[in-house]
Amino acid sequence: MYLYDQYDQTLVDQRVEQFRGQVARYLAGELADDEFRPLRLMNGVYLQTHAYMLRIAVPYGLLSSAQLRMLAHIARTWDKGYGHFTTRQNIQFNWPALEDVPDILAALASVQMHAIQTSGNCIRNVTTDHLAGVAADELEDTRVWCEIIRQWSTLHPEFSYLPRKFKIAVSGAQRDRAAAQVHDVGLYLVRNAAGETGFQVLVGGGLGRTPIIGQTLREFLPKQDLLSYLEAILRVYNLEGRRDNLYKARIKILVKALGIEEFARRVEAEWVQIRDSALTLTQAEIDRVAACFVPPAYDTAAQQDHSWSEQREADAGFRRWLARNTVEHKQPGYRAVFVSLKTFGAAAPGDISAGQLDAVADLADRYSFGEVRSTHTQNLLLADVRQGDLYALWQVLDAVNLATPNIGTLADIVACPGLDYCSLANASAIPVAKDIQARFSDLDYLYDLGDLRLNISGCMNSCAHQHVGHIGVLGVDKNGEEWYQITVGGNSGNDASLGEVIGPSVARADVAATVEQLIAVYVEQREPEERFLDTVRRIGVRPFKERVYGAARPRNPSLEHAHA
Amino acid sequence: MPELIKNGRLIADRFISVDADAPLPDGPLIVPLARWQAQREALLARGQALGVQVANTTAAAELAADLPHLAVVAIEFPKFADGRGYTLARLLRERFAYTGEIRAVGAVLRDQLFFMARVGFDAFALREDQDAEAALQAFSEFSVRYQPAADEPLPLYRRR
Repeated sequence: MYLYDQYDQTLVDQRVEQFRGQVARYLAGELADDEFRPLRLMNGVYLQTHAYMLRIAVPYGLLSSAQLRMLAHIARTWDKGYGHFTTRQNIQFNWPALEDVPDILAALASVQMHAIQTSGNCIRNVTTDHLAGVAADELEDTRVWCEIIRQWSTLHPEFSYLPRKFKIAVSGAQRDRAAAQVHDVGLYLVRNAAGETGFQVLVGGGLGRTPIIGQTLREFLPKQDLLSYLEAILRVYNLEGRRDNLYKARIKILVKALGIEEFARRVEAEWVQIRDSALTLTQAEIDRVAACFVPPAYDTAAQQDHSWSEQREADAGFRRWLARNTVEHKQPGYRAVFVSLKTFGAAAPGDISAGQLDAVADLADRYSFGEVRSTHTQNLLLADVRQGDLYALWQVLDAVNLATPNIGTLADIVACPGLDYCSLANASAIPVAKDIQARFSDLDYLYDLGDLRLNISGCMNSCAHQHVGHIGVLGVDKNGEEWYQITVGGNSGNDASLGEVIGPSVARADVAATVEQLIAVYVEQREPEERFLDTVRRIGVRPFKERVYGAARPRNPSLEHAHA
Repeated sequence: MPELIKNGRLIADRFISVDADAPLPDGPLIVPLARWQAQREALLARGQALGVQVANTTAAAELAADLPHLAVVAIEFPKFADGRGYTLARLLRERFAYTGEIRAVGAVLRDQLFFMARVGFDAFALREDQDAEAALQAFSEFSVRYQPAADEPLPLYRRR
């Protein structure tokens, strides 16, 4: 992974001291609330319903075992013993005292971590494919580009007070696992006719109140021009993005208003002026960063170890986990292993305890070159595990409740913190996720239903990306009660699509039953091997709508009754 | 005279800001852009240092032809969180090679000074409630600069 040099370390240390001063001035009454607010947000500190929340950056989802142990230490020392992984591959702590945050940041800095730009109207943590570097369908390791973007965007003097937040995702594989099309800027690594690697640049995607799929701004950008081109996009956005209405301030609204051709014309006009500037990436810099992401020293004999096939035969639990929670690896004899943070029971999706963090750190050291990734679906990944180690790894994961074999199933629910923590939320997300999980806890049934993504957000901000869930659940407030709008047919991959609303929102108590009805339609109508998403695409929303609300009636009478 | 931060030091501001139609006092003046555009010749004929105050929505190119005559371009920050002024200042410095004073006026607070200085502001009329002496520390909060900007022509990767 990328290791800080003296410059990177100095900057992070100085950021800690700057924030320490800002907190001290705020606590001394020298900084007003509304002036401190953007400062703390830009360093990941939110004020939630019950307490402050600290969101820590996990750049493109990559963590070392030492960093995991520090997160465990923070959870124990300054929080309530657990943390929560987010849909931007970051981790957040829900209970720190503001006075302690500078010390927490200093502790993070000691392991090359920070909370810079995890919130605020600036360039946020860049995200990527959790299988970067190990996926067989990958063109190049995207983490090199993510790190280059991270450094360029860190404390960018021109773009720290944008109209609104700005999110960049990079995907380098044939299959987009980074949801690039629903980002402010999505970058696809591509190869042109001459065999050179560059980027297809998408712009104006995003979820939230106005969900939009990104459009192609440029088919091929030479890679050395990445930063000057991003700077041109950001400059046009900074000057012309709307600042009069918070809900119309994202770049997607500007792109929509101008049209992609006109937006592209303005970006190109700006870019022409800066493309041959000092921002042009040097091969030396690309090589310097790329050297941090060379493949680890794989055991070339790994594929000769066939012990796992016997273990697979003998142990049904291992077999299930292997089938569902591990995926193939480009290196023969290795697999990538998901650590499920979607336990059945009380824990919220994405939550992890200090003890589990330590356990994963130990497993990473023992079995996966000391590294772990976080995924945008709120799980962890041990990317480089020898097949002969899988059984031993599974046993330890199982013992610490991190081996629930439900990755990619309906029970692998993505959920924001919702009303339980977040001051923006209109409705709960975690308890709804738990209700749904409780109804779909039979593993064989989950496997029969196959790949299915269900996402639940507690408000229009859509942190859980419900628009691109195969099933999306959005909490809304109706006269002080929690109601839920349900969509089907969303998807964040190469063929990204936004879910379609099935009808009027349903009461909280009816969400899980409604999901059951949707699933029943799928089970009745699916063709062999057809995924839920493909069934929805083939038969349309109507059969789902009719099942939930009745063919002739606009609303389900039982739901009307529930609300009466 | 009101205090001004200039090049990282507190100094007395020798410029007087006048609005659209007030009589012009003797001495260096900062006038609104519209007044400059309307009374260009008369203002130049005074033979004294002159600046303009511009909204942060002003296009840098619109000022380009005037820059040789201007000792100060004062860019308004209507809110401290409105970042358009950063781009305007940077373009004046880098694209139009303006070497006169670029002054931040309006909602100018200590915690934005570092970024402002990086994009080319060299003078800061802090909002009245700010502790100007303490604010001077803001300029040295960071010694590392990843990006090229008005204060540093090369990105860190061309220097490290």
